[in-house]
Amino acid sequence: MKKLINNPSDIVVEMVDGLVNSYPELLNRLDSSLIVIRKNLPENKVGIISGGGSGHEPAHAGFVGQGMLTAAVCGQVFTSPTPDQIFEAIKAADTGKGVFLVIKNYSGDIMNFEMAKDMAEMEGINVDSCIVDDDIAVENSTYTQGKRGVAGTILVHKILGAASENGATLEEIKQLSDKTISNIKTIGVAFSGATVPEVGKPGFVLADDEIEYGVGIHGEPGYRREKLQPSKQLVNELISKLKPAFPFKENDQYAVLINGLGATPLMEQYVFANDVLKQLKSEKLNIVFTKVGNYMTAIDMAGVSLTLMKIEDQAWLEKLNSPVMTVAW
Amino acid sequence: MLDTTKVLNWLNEFASLIEQNKAYLSDLDTPIGDGDHGNNMSRGVKAMQEQFAKSSFESPSDIFKATAMTLMGNIGGASGPLYGSAFMEMAKSAKETSDLGTIIQAGLNGIAKRGKAQTGEKTMIDVWQPVSESLLANHLTQQVIDTAVKSTKPLIATKGRASYVAKRSIGHLDPGSVSSGYLFTAMLNNLK
Repeated sequence: MKKLINNPSDIVVEMVDGLVNSYPELLNRLDSSLIVIRKNLPENKVGIISGGGSGHEPAHAGFVGQGMLTAAVCGQVFTSPTPDQIFEAIKAADTGKGVFLVIKNYSGDIMNFEMAKDMAEMEGINVDSCIVDDDIAVENSTYTQGKRGVAGTILVHKILGAASENGATLEEIKQLSDKTISNIKTIGVAFSGATVPEVGKPGFVLADDEIEYGVGIHGEPGYRREKLQPSKQLVNELISKLKPAFPFKENDQYAVLINGLGATPLMEQYVFANDVLKQLKSEKLNIVFTKVGNYMTAIDMAGVSLTLMKIEDQAWLEKLNSPVMTVAW
Repeated sequence: MLDTTKVLNWLNEFASLIEQNKAYLSDLDTPIGDGDHGNNMSRGVKAMQEQFAKSSFESPSDIFKATAMTLMGNIGGASGPLYGSAFMEMAKSAKETSDLGTIIQAGLNGIAKRGKAQTGEKTMIDVWQPVSESLLANHLTQQVIDTAVKSTKPLIATKGRASYVAKRSIGHLDPGSVSSGYLFTAMLNNLK
């Protein structure tokens, strides 16, 4: 393992301090806890909180700021934060209009956030939540926890953050989250595993000429391993999975988020983006919004994920395009 | 009879077993989970022992409550709320009874409720359930614990992170069941 660190067990604390100290005009760290909260909390707007295990930087703390998240709760690497931490964040983010939690669909995250929600409700704070499950790589059957929450979560942050900024109520934000989540779908391809610093070795190993489709952002196994192919072929495979999931219809409007998983250079991400946009055009879709870069990573995993969001309401597009003051959007 | 000294010895031995097997627990968690069960459990039991060192306890119930709070606040992931809920229910139960079988059964119910899981889903419940039954019938042995832990190997995970790999979880021990096995081994060594 070759990493730019001091001590593996201090990595999360030092990362959070580094982020907050680099952007003091935007961010504060709550004393005693790994919570990043925006400077200058607006009065009487719904607080939007997200969080989860660390290792997905810039998610989630990089999206804290005006127009997006009120606070982010950082767990240990790939490990959900604890209920008391989340509860602290809820209390700090509540300015009288309630707090909304954006949770990714992992059993640990759900249990910890639900316990925190219970604690907050006992204190009389209005809390509601949504669970993002955009990863279509995993079959959603009665035998699993359902689909995983991955890069599409960032689009949810953006849209709900804009709604909160515009003065939406907790109930309106809840309704908006339900509508948008069902229109967001993601699938990824990995070129390598990720190394958790305290573990010191990759969670899985792919040969030099091997890729794996559908790997999760913690290195959960995907649905197929095969020989490395040119970008065009990889894109073709991913789009062939996304197409029936929506399903695509001519002239429908879509937003695209191309997300690097941590170790894939932007040069390669743009090559991938070029192929994605070409192929979506040949599907006769109307691409109205595109973002390319590292938004929800898996530490040092090489690979990319492709998120599509079907724009059913022009207000969603306005919310995606509205200005924010964050480190990473 | 439960007394505070025995309960503290039990939980301190549990902490030692976790520490000794930290890397093994994370290795078990790598193919079917996210490879951090050992580190997470270790963080939790260390915090628990620090809490023990600076507290004096009136009753086993108080110890269980302190254990619940420190595990819940330090493990993270799914194991934090699950072990936390187990010890919280055990704390409540220990107020009413000193029967270990009844107390462990309460812990089991806490886990089942929090994790919305039942037996056969390749989770720690697959160890807590048989252990609690054997305790109630008064014939818990190390063999019962070992058999329960091993019984998770052929199961398909339908709850927790291992459920994402579905059939590929067959042939792997469930890490949470192994750490629960340590809890009960330590219990057997100190409370018999």
